[in-house]
Amino acid sequence: MSKRITIDPMTRLEGHLRIEVEVSDGKVVNAWSSGQMFRGIEIILQGRDPRDAHHFVQRSCGVCTYVHSLSSVRAVEDAAGIDIPENAKLVRRLLHGAQFMHDHIVHFYHLHALDWVDVVSALKADPKKTAKLANNVSKAPWGGTAYYKSVQDRLKTFVDSGQLGILKNAYWGHSAYKLPPEANLIASAHYIEALRLQAKTARLHAIFGGKNPHPQSLVVGGVSSVKDLSPDRIAEFQYIWKESQDFVRNVYIPDILAVASFYKDWGGIGGTSNFLAWGDFAQNGKEPDSYLMPRGFIKDRDLENPRQVDTEKVAEHVKRSWYEGSTARHPYEGETKPTPGDYEPDDGKYSWIKAPRYDTESSEVGPLSRVLVAYANGQPQVKKAVEDVLKQLDVPASALFSTLGRTAARGIETLVIGEAMDGWINDLVANVKKGDKKVCQEFEMPDEAMGYGLNDVPRGALGHWIQIKNKKVDRYQYVVPPTWNFGPRCAEGKLGPVEESLIGTPIADPKKPLEVLRTVHSFDPCIACAVHMIDPDSNEVYQVRAT
Amino acid sequence: MDKEKKEEAFYKRLAEKGVTRRDFMKFCTFLTATMGLSASHVSGVAEVFAAPAKRPPVIWLHFAECTGCSEAFLRTMYPWVDELVLEVLSVEYHETIMAAAGHQAEENLQSALKKYDGEFICVCEGAISTKQDGVYGKIGGHTFLEVAKEVCPRAKAVIAIGQCACYGGVQAAAPNPGGYKGVGEALEMKTINIPGCPPNPINIVGTIVNYLLLGKMPSLDTAGRPLFAYGKTVHDQCPRRSHFEMGEFAPSIGSKEAEMGWCLYKLGCRGPMTYNNCPTAKFNDGTSWPVEAGHPCIGCSEPAFWDYMSPFYQPM
Repeated sequence: MSKRITIDPMTRLEGHLRIEVEVSDGKVVNAWSSGQMFRGIEIILQGRDPRDAHHFVQRSCGVCTYVHSLSSVRAVEDAAGIDIPENAKLVRRLLHGAQFMHDHIVHFYHLHALDWVDVVSALKADPKKTAKLANNVSKAPWGGTAYYKSVQDRLKTFVDSGQLGILKNAYWGHSAYKLPPEANLIASAHYIEALRLQAKTARLHAIFGGKNPHPQSLVVGGVSSVKDLSPDRIAEFQYIWKESQDFVRNVYIPDILAVASFYKDWGGIGGTSNFLAWGDFAQNGKEPDSYLMPRGFIKDRDLENPRQVDTEKVAEHVKRSWYEGSTARHPYEGETKPTPGDYEPDDGKYSWIKAPRYDTESSEVGPLSRVLVAYANGQPQVKKAVEDVLKQLDVPASALFSTLGRTAARGIETLVIGEAMDGWINDLVANVKKGDKKVCQEFEMPDEAMGYGLNDVPRGALGHWIQIKNKKVDRYQYVVPPTWNFGPRCAEGKLGPVEESLIGTPIADPKKPLEVLRTVHSFDPCIACAVHMIDPDSNEVYQVRAT
Repeated sequence: MDKEKKEEAFYKRLAEKGVTRRDFMKFCTFLTATMGLSASHVSGVAEVFAAPAKRPPVIWLHFAECTGCSEAFLRTMYPWVDELVLEVLSVEYHETIMAAAGHQAEENLQSALKKYDGEFICVCEGAISTKQDGVYGKIGGHTFLEVAKEVCPRAKAVIAIGQCACYGGVQAAAPNPGGYKGVGEALEMKTINIPGCPPNPINIVGTIVNYLLLGKMPSLDTAGRPLFAYGKTVHDQCPRRSHFEMGEFAPSIGSKEAEMGWCLYKLGCRGPMTYNNCPTAKFNDGTSWPVEAGHPCIGCSEPAFWDYMSPFYQPM
């Protein structure tokens, strides 16, 4: 007999998400992903100064802060035909790299780790054995019996206080937790270490951006932080970058490998079929040719034949979302007529998120897509990092198409992008040394123009499109990573990537669907920005022509 | 563990992290000064972090928001957020960091409400949709409005964190498609407002410590903001202020004059209309703040700033 399980609220994510699965004979046989909130930011932008847009859209998400601001200023610059100065390109690229570093570390340790790590089991660990194990698996600068004893004591005091706070009522003791107590203690200690490190890593944004979250130094035309292009500021940036990248090399990557070695079966669970990446990080400024993480599409897991991307092949479906109509349209010619209604997953509408499809297929975006596209295209740094991981875990490349692969890919790209940042810091130093302090290009706002900005951001492919009329925002649209990943079924009934990924997941205890959490969290859900585009009262129709 | 032992363990842990007792006291002094309390309170502030008898319960609710305020809270240093969560406070419900999900998460909320009825601090992040009975935002099948109405009136104090919870925020900007309002306005109740987009974590922590230390919330201005943080304008505390007095204004963003620290007033800076302590507290462990990074203040701690202060790049 089958049974429906609903997880609402999904926690350890940004936004409001509801996941429902149908379980039969201990396995998920059907799944529904539903966005539970809308805010309407695109409507709010209409009639405003295009230079202001990036401040508004940045507030789509405070976890993946910065990225919407980046795509937004790029869209306006594209429309106005502005070529920004070299310093601005470098500062933006460094801020973008810092965002990957920060975001992925927080995701692994604070949003995802508790799906694999049983904190309560850590209380049973032997600190001496823990120290020994830690020496074998990680190159962390801390450790030793006394260290692990003190972490354990601290957790014990916390648990004994009877006030379990954020650890209360989780799935501790669940049979799907496989780590021995000592590994759980190491991971718990690193949860705390990473909590502290991320506060430092975030300072990378503050140096050239004034603050984090929501750095405030991007402007249409470049960046504002000219005063910070000083030797001491750049050195401060390099110092924090190094501390963070050392953590990635010596702690984050080894931790992924250590945890994964206990969960190799998850290399066969939670996979999807198609993968899309816009690509990002133009190494010499040429886009998209010099992208560190290349642009491309992989169909049906065919790594032998990575495809070129054609943005004309994007279509958005609304048949199963709370909007009128059922015709799939190119997003820039699409119409949006909201019809708020009941949650009807079986045959009706059930989400505020639309269902984008690439070449009629549902497509995953994010770290796994970027890493697969890079790997299939032979990008040397990614290829090496992927092969190292596969070798260490002794699993075939097919294991990449999974929950485990997704989580490993996030670590792999953090490493690759982090290493590249060193070069960009040096480029910035060289440029400033030449006496170039130009950070911003003056421009005239066109009366009428249109443009777009594409980026690949921590959670996946992101695009912002703008139409300007009378020097004001006439139409604004953004298509964001969680729309791709967490969207519902399309008109043809094809499942969204997260829905597809959940089918076949083993469920040991339907009352404690820990296994569902693992796969959902592996996509790094961030839902507030997925639902941002409607006006429920005026039922206004939006049409933005394709460029 | 008794108080003395706890205190000792606390300092030992600090020492292991390379933080000396002296560094810690320096932080406490900074925090005490930020809160506008006299130096005699410094030891009391230290005690709040070192050895609370029972950790005060906190229920942290998320409505229409971007989680930037929670992220800002995670950036706090000395005390680190793990200390706040493990040793200072008892965070009973917080969707972004709690281990439980779904039914178990809802159970946690209900049991905390029952156990700490009238005792807990409620922190609210995000705005509440009021249009069509708030149908545009739901948690566990309940609208934000229903959740807020159930939880907030039972709290000892409601602290609204960030522009959205205080005054509606970005989603309440014209034409406010979802009928979003700040928590105080949506519920018609008094809240302590810590606005900003996001607010500085020092002001979040300062408000909570103020409460733990003195047993009451700090004094507020007419917009519900603690005077210790929002008592002066950004302009009055700005390091570029002397250039304003001299009539030295940067002509464009990123210009040589901007680099030399000239005033950003003519580029749209809203510092003179904005009450906040950004110039003195700065963000991310004192690393910087927007005007230091050469960008005009956009006035993010003022009510309805998205409409009231924009277009941002036009001088006042």
